Amino acid sequence: MDHCYRAIDADPRFHALARARSRLGWGLGGVMLVTYYAFILVIAFRPAWLARPLSSTTVITVGIAAGVALIVLGVALTGVYIWQANRSFDARNRAIVDAARRAV
Amino acid sequence: MLFRPLAAAAALVLLLLPPAASAAEAVNSGGVAITFFLAFVTATLGVTWWAARRTHSTHDFYVAGGRISGLQNGLAIAGDFMSAASFLGVTGLIFGFGFDGLIYAVGGLAGWPLVLFLLSERLKNLGKYTFADAVTLRLAATPIRCLAASGSLVAVVLYLIGQMVGAGKLIQILFGIDYAVAVGCVGTLMMVYVCFGGMLATTWVQIIKAVLLLSGGSLVTVLVLAQFNFSLDQLFVAATQQHARGVAVLAPGGLVHDPVSVLSLGTALVFGTAGLPHILMRFFTVPNAREARRSVFFATAFIGYFYVLTFIIGFGAMALVMGNPQFADATGRLLGGDNMAAIHLAHVAGGPVLLGFMSAVCFATILAVVSGLTLSGASAISHDLYASVFHPHASEQELVRVSRYATIALGVVAVLLALLFESQNVAYLVLMAFTVGASVNFPLLFLALYWRHLTTSGALTGGVLGLVLAVGCIVLGPTVWVEVLGHAEPIVPYKYPALFAMCASFSGSIVVSLLDRSERAARERAGFNAQYIRAQTGLGAEGTPA
Repeated sequence: MDHCYRAIDADPRFHALARARSRLGWGLGGVMLVTYYAFILVIAFRPAWLARPLSSTTVITVGIAAGVALIVLGVALTGVYIWQANRSFDARNRAIVDAARRAV
Repeated sequence: MLFRPLAAAAALVLLLLPPAASAAEAVNSGGVAITFFLAFVTATLGVTWWAARRTHSTHDFYVAGGRISGLQNGLAIAGDFMSAASFLGVTGLIFGFGFDGLIYAVGGLAGWPLVLFLLSERLKNLGKYTFADAVTLRLAATPIRCLAASGSLVAVVLYLIGQMVGAGKLIQILFGIDYAVAVGCVGTLMMVYVCFGGMLATTWVQIIKAVLLLSGGSLVTVLVLAQFNFSLDQLFVAATQQHARGVAVLAPGGLVHDPVSVLSLGTALVFGTAGLPHILMRFFTVPNAREARRSVFFATAFIGYFYVLTFIIGFGAMALVMGNPQFADATGRLLGGDNMAAIHLAHVAGGPVLLGFMSAVCFATILAVVSGLTLSGASAISHDLYASVFHPHASEQELVRVSRYATIALGVVAVLLALLFESQNVAYLVLMAFTVGASVNFPLLFLALYWRHLTTSGALTGGVLGLVLAVGCIVLGPTVWVEVLGHAEPIVPYKYPALFAMCASFSGSIVVSLLDRSERAARERAGFNAQYIRAQTGLGAEGTPA
């Protein structure tokens, strides 16, 4: 196993894949965390912003729309990650592991 | 050996019948509820019987042989998360406080993308049965497993109390059965599922219940929206006309007032998910990282949909149940408390049949969730403590036996504590489980997976600090110190300690790890590379060829 790990560590494709995965994960995770904490901080310090109605014809407030939008955003972000990961990461990972197995 | 528990469960169900029938006038759909409930119990005991014949090794018992598919596991994870506290509690909070109940829904969902992006694949590639497996690949096994098991058990027990208290109350109101008997029934059925069917039965019970809860919730939602011509605006107008706070109920400020509490509550919700042992354990029931990833996607989609439903149901209850004299007691409060808002709404929307169905679904929810919780607690005891710390050479049979004893012990403890904490606020107890998850398990797991410099002494310092602070603040805070123990002033003024406990846990781990110059620390840092490559590629992971 150690030989395999060393072969993978020496493979530049592995580090490229790890970087791509971490960029996607932290990027999407960052979007979620920033929007979520923006929502929480506004509730904590500027609740009046969320109390306004969306328009003059409705009672639905900005806060309610924002809350539901955050739920939809969370689901959408996981969808983007899965789509990316299924499209390219799995195949690249398999190629790297197979090459390392052959090399050992 | 299999028939004895089934016979015991059948006897228990028979025990349930007479008082329920005699108290049928308490809720006039008791008979319908009992019918649906009996159908559920019969089906799930059948599943348990089927699963028991396929459960032989520890691998079967803890993780269903790693043969659950991504979609099945996604439903089961969603089922674990959509507990009675989530469904009844969050709809009850929205019913009572409007917008602020939505914070729970948003926070509960926002944790899931983070679990997917940062933990699910790595965890599956590194672990075997519990998240402690992944953490102890390079850190010292004995102390870290003790810490992880403590964090897991405290979270599991807090969560269990919340669910059991909710179950007892629900059954008491719906079927007119004594609280203690109700809690005993839940405990017994749960022990049968887990002891005999292990993870396979627990997963299928969870899947059945998730499908029932999602379809029942959808039906209630559609029927409620139909009464308002499918216009959300009309629904909200009707809701604000009933609520004492009027249109202010659609804005923040009903439940949490000071900024620190909002921030701390938000933190517990979003990071607690990533530290709940019964959720983390589910990543080991699938064959590989790809399925682990798919299962989180399905789970997130189902949970998102579920929270949109609870949101409409909460405001629907405000519009249709609040102010309806049929559902108010002598003092004008909601019959059975705010947690029953969704159940009463089912009655308004679909008559006694839907009321009976939703009651049975809620009971099924509690049964399924306590089973998953107990199984993860039992695996912390048998796998992390018994097998890895105290008896490293224990045989398979011995470990399965220990897991079953642990299940029974946890079941008994849960029943006793549920009797003791009868009058506690359910949503708060569950939030405390999230707090412990966010302050102990999450920092440990996150740093071990992502930070090369974490050492055993650092992880221990941070973990103990997080656990002591979280539990200490809960005990000395307003809810326990004042409301339960009857003191005049809380020693810790904050109701939600997650923010402080989690920050202390992270900083403790980081500072002590950086100061650690021991030889062991150097070895542990050197071990990060192999762990990192395994986490990324899955090479050497459980269940894949080496």
